[in-house]
Amino acid sequence: MSADRRDARQIAEAVRSGESSAVEVLDEHLGRIDEREGELHAFNLVTADGARFRAAAIDAAVAAGETVGPLAGVPVAIKDNLCTRGVATTCSSRILEGWVPPYDATVVTRLAAAGAVMVGKTNMDEFAMGSSTENSAFGPTRNPHDPSRVPGGSSGGSAAAVAAGFAPISLGSDTGGSIRQPAALCGVVGVKPTYGTVSRLGLVAFGSSLDQVGPFATNVADAALVCEVIGGHDDGDSTSLPQPFPSVIEHLDDGIDGMRVGLVTEMMGEGIAPDVATRIRAAADALAAAGAIVEEVSIPAVTFGLSAYYLVAPAEASSNLSRYDGVRYGLRVDAPTTGEMMELTRTAGFGDEVKRRIMLGTYALSAGYYDAFYGTALKVRTLIREDFDRAYERYDVLLSPTSPTTAFAFGDKTADPMSMYLNDVCTIATNLAGHPAMSVPFGTGTDGLPIGAQVLAPTLGEIAMFKVAAALELAAAAGSSPA
Amino acid sequence: MTERITTDDVAKVAKLARLRLSEDELSRFTEQLAAVLEHAADLESLDLDGVEPMARPVPLANVLRPDVPGPALARDEVLAAAPLAEDGMFRVPPVLGESE
Repeated sequence: MSADRRDARQIAEAVRSGESSAVEVLDEHLGRIDEREGELHAFNLVTADGARFRAAAIDAAVAAGETVGPLAGVPVAIKDNLCTRGVATTCSSRILEGWVPPYDATVVTRLAAAGAVMVGKTNMDEFAMGSSTENSAFGPTRNPHDPSRVPGGSSGGSAAAVAAGFAPISLGSDTGGSIRQPAALCGVVGVKPTYGTVSRLGLVAFGSSLDQVGPFATNVADAALVCEVIGGHDDGDSTSLPQPFPSVIEHLDDGIDGMRVGLVTEMMGEGIAPDVATRIRAAADALAAAGAIVEEVSIPAVTFGLSAYYLVAPAEASSNLSRYDGVRYGLRVDAPTTGEMMELTRTAGFGDEVKRRIMLGTYALSAGYYDAFYGTALKVRTLIREDFDRAYERYDVLLSPTSPTTAFAFGDKTADPMSMYLNDVCTIATNLAGHPAMSVPFGTGTDGLPIGAQVLAPTLGEIAMFKVAAALELAAAAGSSPA
Repeated sequence: MTERITTDDVAKVAKLARLRLSEDELSRFTEQLAAVLEHAADLESLDLDGVEPMARPVPLANVLRPDVPGPALARDEVLAAAPLAEDGMFRVPPVLGESE
């Protein structure tokens, strides 16, 4: 977007050297929020006062000659399903309206320790269930490139906030594509790291075996920096891998000479808009021109990803969301007995999409159907991982579109949930496998709106993934993308 | 895979999930859930004999840590987030004597 905006590394460098104050940086971003937030609705809450306090503390530390972190004074927007102590966290749901968490998510703690300044909590599809942010109980977010279009979802507010210059970086969560798809639709970089590399402590659970936290940024190097800051083992998450985040920053300039890239056949055919497919073929050509060996590869099982996902994710969600019963948090609708109170609270507090998924999951887990639905889906998950594994014997990374289309119009897919689910067709298999993947802007469609190229990698394949992402970014900037 | 989901099935599932549905919602949700389950019928074409189920991507199990006391959440702060609390406890309407 506009060239006068500094990225996260430039801001941190300026703040650390004393060239800019964190308070000036913050005011610049709050100014942009003032200008366009009314139109875009990227935030559920702008935390201007808390941010001023934090920014002043960073400036005081710099003035006192103290060491400040790699994100010193960098404004960051946080998806509203990440717990923030003392700051309301709603998951864009009525059922959590007014809830103030008593602790910070580990990723929030780590960003703060690195010097980042939280400017607000971003809008999302309720409990991260959706692909357009239209399922927010507080109204949709609009796409900064075209406010008549959706920003994608479920982390649509975080993607829009970065695209609009409200913050150079933000955090989202990705259960089936909820970081990568809005990144593609908003023309920014979005990363879904390997399952277990980023702590889920304080991420409000949706599908616990699928959820990962990751960054949005305006460029690949900023995204790499945020990953290294938030990643690495956390004792508070029993699914956290016992190791640091892969060292992606030091490999960003390695180039991709001799790397093997597979263009996924199943993600380039039916259902993919022609202008999107054309751009992804151009991305493949650009990688070949940069020295990679690019071939088409078939991964047959990914075509079953959507079906498996829409059994596994709702099953996990139905269990995770049973905690919203009017007892410990947020909304309660009074009734004479606890049973009625719980039923009325959940009926009033959840939106339609959340109810659909809770019921779908309850059904898939219920007696008589468990083996046929949930059990089958778990086996298909194994097939998908095995098919990916076979491909990764021959390729370092895979390439595909992130989203089958550019940003669509409001209301286009809300009447038919299945049409909305089909939007996740390129991103879902990654979560089922637990693999990393990221979206990098690669030009625009015939409507002038951003297209994202998705780079997929095997478990802990982040270094290869970031190298290829950096090469795509370079190629896009060099004008191989007529944007 | 199985028979098409019926409004009776959905009504039963809603009760299990503690959700109350109007007649309109019941028929609409039944149609929508049926569409998703019909899409999932493509899984029937797969040969899954001998395939191990994969419940989670990370092969970690029984992760232990040293049993050392650490800081815990402040009780007052936790209870302050509840709709109703009393004497250090969550307060709910009567549980016993419900007609279920």
